[in-house]
Amino acid sequence: MALTGLVLVGFILGHLSGNLLFFKGPEVLNAYAQWLHENAALIWTARITLIVSVIAHIIAGISLTLENRAARAGGPAVEQTRRASWGSLTMPYTGLVVLGFIVFHLLHYTFQSVALGGQTFPLASNPAFTDVHAMLVAGFSHSGVSAFYIISLALLSLHLSHGVSSTFQTLGLRNERWRGRLDVLAVAFGWIVFLGFSAIPASVLAGCIK
Amino acid sequence: MVKDNHSHSAEHVLNLRLRVWRQRRGQPGAFEEHALQGVSTSASFLEMMDMLNEKLVRDGKEPFAFDHDCREGICGMCSMTINGMPHGPLPGVTTCQLHMRNFRDGETITVEPWRARAFPVLRDLMVDRSGFDKVIQSGGFISIRAGSAPEANATPVPKDVSDAAMDAAECIGCGACVASCKNGSAMLFVGAKVTHLNLLPQGQPERDRRVLAMVRTMDDAGFGNCTNQGECQAHCPKGITLDVISHLNRDYLGARVKAFFSSTGKVRRGGD
Amino acid sequence: MNLDSKIASGPLSTKWDAHKAKLRLVNPANRRKYHIIVVGSGLAGAAAASSLGEQGYDVSCFCYQDSPRRAHSIAAQGGINAAKNYQNDGDSVRRLFQDTIKGGDYRAREANVYRLAQLSTAIIDQCVAQGVPFAREYGGLLANRSFGGAQVSRTFYARGQTGQQLLLGAYSSLSRQIGAGTVKMYPRHEMLDLVLVGGHAKGIVTRNLVTGEVRTWSADCVVLCTGGYGNVFYLSTNAQGCNVSATYRSYRRGALFANPCYTQIHPTCIPVHGDDQSKLTLMSESLRNDGRVWVPKNTADSGKDPAQVAETDRDYFLERKYPSYGNLAPRDIASRAAKEACDEGRGVGPEVGGRRLGVYLDFSASIQRLGESVVRERYGNLFDMYENITGENAYRRPMRIYPAVHYTMGGLWVDYNLQSNIPGLFVGGEANFSDHGANRLGASALMQGLADGYFVLPYTVADYLAGVGLSGRPSVEGVEYRDVLAQVNDRVNRLLKNQGKQTARSYHKQLGKIIWDECGMARTRAGLTKAISDIRGLREDFWKNISVPGTGLDVTPELERAGRVADFLEFGELMCRDALIREESCGGHFRTEYQVDGEAKRDDARFAHVAAWQWAGETAEPIRHEEALVYEEAQLSTRSYK
Repeated sequence: MALTGLVLVGFILGHLSGNLLFFKGPEVLNAYAQWLHENAALIWTARITLIVSVIAHIIAGISLTLENRAARAGGPAVEQTRRASWGSLTMPYTGLVVLGFIVFHLLHYTFQSVALGGQTFPLASNPAFTDVHAMLVAGFSHSGVSAFYIISLALLSLHLSHGVSSTFQTLGLRNERWRGRLDVLAVAFGWIVFLGFSAIPASVLAGCIK
Repeated sequence: MVKDNHSHSAEHVLNLRLRVWRQRRGQPGAFEEHALQGVSTSASFLEMMDMLNEKLVRDGKEPFAFDHDCREGICGMCSMTINGMPHGPLPGVTTCQLHMRNFRDGETITVEPWRARAFPVLRDLMVDRSGFDKVIQSGGFISIRAGSAPEANATPVPKDVSDAAMDAAECIGCGACVASCKNGSAMLFVGAKVTHLNLLPQGQPERDRRVLAMVRTMDDAGFGNCTNQGECQAHCPKGITLDVISHLNRDYLGARVKAFFSSTGKVRRGGD
Repeated sequence: MNLDSKIASGPLSTKWDAHKAKLRLVNPANRRKYHIIVVGSGLAGAAAASSLGEQGYDVSCFCYQDSPRRAHSIAAQGGINAAKNYQNDGDSVRRLFQDTIKGGDYRAREANVYRLAQLSTAIIDQCVAQGVPFAREYGGLLANRSFGGAQVSRTFYARGQTGQQLLLGAYSSLSRQIGAGTVKMYPRHEMLDLVLVGGHAKGIVTRNLVTGEVRTWSADCVVLCTGGYGNVFYLSTNAQGCNVSATYRSYRRGALFANPCYTQIHPTCIPVHGDDQSKLTLMSESLRNDGRVWVPKNTADSGKDPAQVAETDRDYFLERKYPSYGNLAPRDIASRAAKEACDEGRGVGPEVGGRRLGVYLDFSASIQRLGESVVRERYGNLFDMYENITGENAYRRPMRIYPAVHYTMGGLWVDYNLQSNIPGLFVGGEANFSDHGANRLGASALMQGLADGYFVLPYTVADYLAGVGLSGRPSVEGVEYRDVLAQVNDRVNRLLKNQGKQTARSYHKQLGKIIWDECGMARTRAGLTKAISDIRGLREDFWKNISVPGTGLDVTPELERAGRVADFLEFGELMCRDALIREESCGGHFRTEYQVDGEAKRDDARFAHVAAWQWAGETAEPIRHEEALVYEEAQLSTRSYK
């Protein structure tokens, strides 16, 4: 879980930094998208790594959850929790929602096959490429779609708030002195991811960017 | 009766409702409800259970079976989940050291056994923790024959290393970590033993073998996997921390990597 | 009966080596053909089972707990003595020997005690090599502290949990052998009887405490390491399950029981709080290093808050009576002094049953001198434990302590080989009588258990096996096994079928009160005589009115308890009988009639011997044998700690 999670965390960071170019205007964002697509080797390496990591993360997550359920044998009749964080207790559920979100997100913007009303967004300067900026603005203009994005991102952030600190523990790189600091770091990372990503649908919805 | 005019802990008497788990080996179990009057607040939780059992025996009924022995918090035998908390509501103590002054008059107390697949119920509140013994048998030791030990002071051990080993070695093997874990994982127990032995210079020769063997046995015994929630630490009566799990993970990864790249030995001529 | 201790001739310091050189050996290839039963998995049992397994014998080890790691050796707090002289303060094997034999009030066998002192150093080496995390100094070398009854610092310790760490060390060795298949472990099995074939111990009967199955086991020899009988007092520092059954049942099969009246009362326990109490908790003797024991000088002050008793109105009675040892006076002496203070009405704490039974152990001077943090580092876990139990903070107000039964020096009679008078029956640790005489010094129980298990039994058991040869093990189908099995089943069924109304615990409590009152810290002829007849009455009542719910075919805790209490009800009488006949005061045995100026008065002319009792049948009185204690090198002197 930790190793694949680490890859996915890296991807999220990259994705986020790319996304934030949205606020620098259509030219910058589209140039970035175009650069990505011109480097086929780079993008396919990344894609394959991601696909493998996601599949491994999902398989590991499912088997972990099933094994752990069985090992618990139902648990006590009265259940009490002293310390486990909400994020840690909900990992399988937030993970599932995030999985659904990823599928939707790929269909939405990568394959452009849902929730865009069949529209296409050819780039004016080079119609072989997509005008990503326009597509995002169009996509996030649906309030339902934006709300789904924002809620899913919140759950992703909750997932990360446990996952990031937990990764250090699993790799044996945490102790009582560092645990508190790493927990804060993980929560901060969760917030950055949430605020950074959801700024795009939020700003489109709010009408700040058209 | 006890009379005291200056004690900090004036004694009271409690009347309680008890919901206690009743189960025979291999059969389903259920809660039984009993009222118990006149429990002194200076009695321990197990003494309260003794009172209940004495009452049952005098009525010709079978008492509740529960594990207990030293009653001073060190043997690790007592094992009850009290109101959903292994060893009860007071952090840092075993059930035998939990005293009734931590409960309210009129309270309903739910008492059930450790719940985990690796700890099957033998009777009522009694479970089988032999999985822990199997883990130790697979590697929780330093191989040393009686009589072949070198002079004790021949190997100095830095005080901080020795203290850290002792912190881990204080584990009493009660199983509260498994019972409190939402995944039924034994990582705190295994981590404590691995940390204790792997920190010391005496433990180095078997360091990698030990961690690999103990983790394999732990998995085979039906314990769950760690998801780093920390319930074990919060319920450990001896204050063992997640550090030992981190240490276990580190040693395990290191041993796996080393095993992967280790030499496979000489090429043999002819058949093996 | 001739009690031959089999001690080699020659100077004390060479006896063990000379003896070892004569012990016979078993060929490594033949060892797996011998089956050895070890009962008990404490320090002595686990060490013996693992050492014998390591050597290649086929070992079966039994314990009543759910795991061998739970044996009550685990509860020893303070430390383990060894004559390493790491402190350069004048310690030596001879000094440890002298302290131990003097501490035992010259009622221990000289050669055994010397051997114990000799072996002490190898124990520390062995434990350190096993990974026992003893306390260390900043330089990385082992640390020591001082303990009662000694003027050198020779006690090795692991915080306040030395017994735990040593037991876990022995348990890890045992676990290694279980994993390797040389030792088969049978937890949750209780030994209910011993089987003799042709006069030799060749097996046991056990009850599986989970399934209720009662069955026999045959072996080439039997090693009992089943601990002491302190629970005859009902309230003691022993674990709930500690019992006399294994040794008492062996006594009924012909093994001699030596010095049952020698029991140790530990001075620093948390006082009794009330009627439902099941157990007394010990506070380590090491506390006496930094705590000062006192009671008010005037009975009028005994109910007062300790802070309101002026310094001049406090009686630091141990410092007053024993200026050179002060608060570190040996256990029996410190206990008796506390009892006397309370009997004078100067006891402190809440009244229980109309009396205040407690004295203060005050750390305020140490906290002032060393600071609270140092005291917390040394004793933090004990102070926490005290607060848990009493609800009082010992950093703010003095601890209250009172003596409680802690250890029993008596046990099955054994020779120098730790073999009882029954050939093939070996007894190690607290279960035997051999090394502590009439009083045990602090930190020497752990030493004895490990010495017996690691360094004595592996030699002497081999000698016996080599002597009987390979044809020695009878079939478990033999008539001797079936007879004993039938007797055990009869007794179990008798308990289960009895239509009484009383619980085993209620009888245990009544027995404990009789023993504590009449055979506790101070004993009298009249009291002991009365106790014997009271115990007989109680025993009759037990067999009429005991109630044991359950079928016995499952986990039946009341059956286990009733069986143990039934044995205590017989054993208690033997103990009082031994105390009655020993008309002297020595160590833990204090007969009020025999004292000078409040101190014990030994009678070496009449009682410098071991009393070993032989079972003579249900109705006959047991027969008392004597083994004279011959001191070749130790000088018998009046024990003085003044």
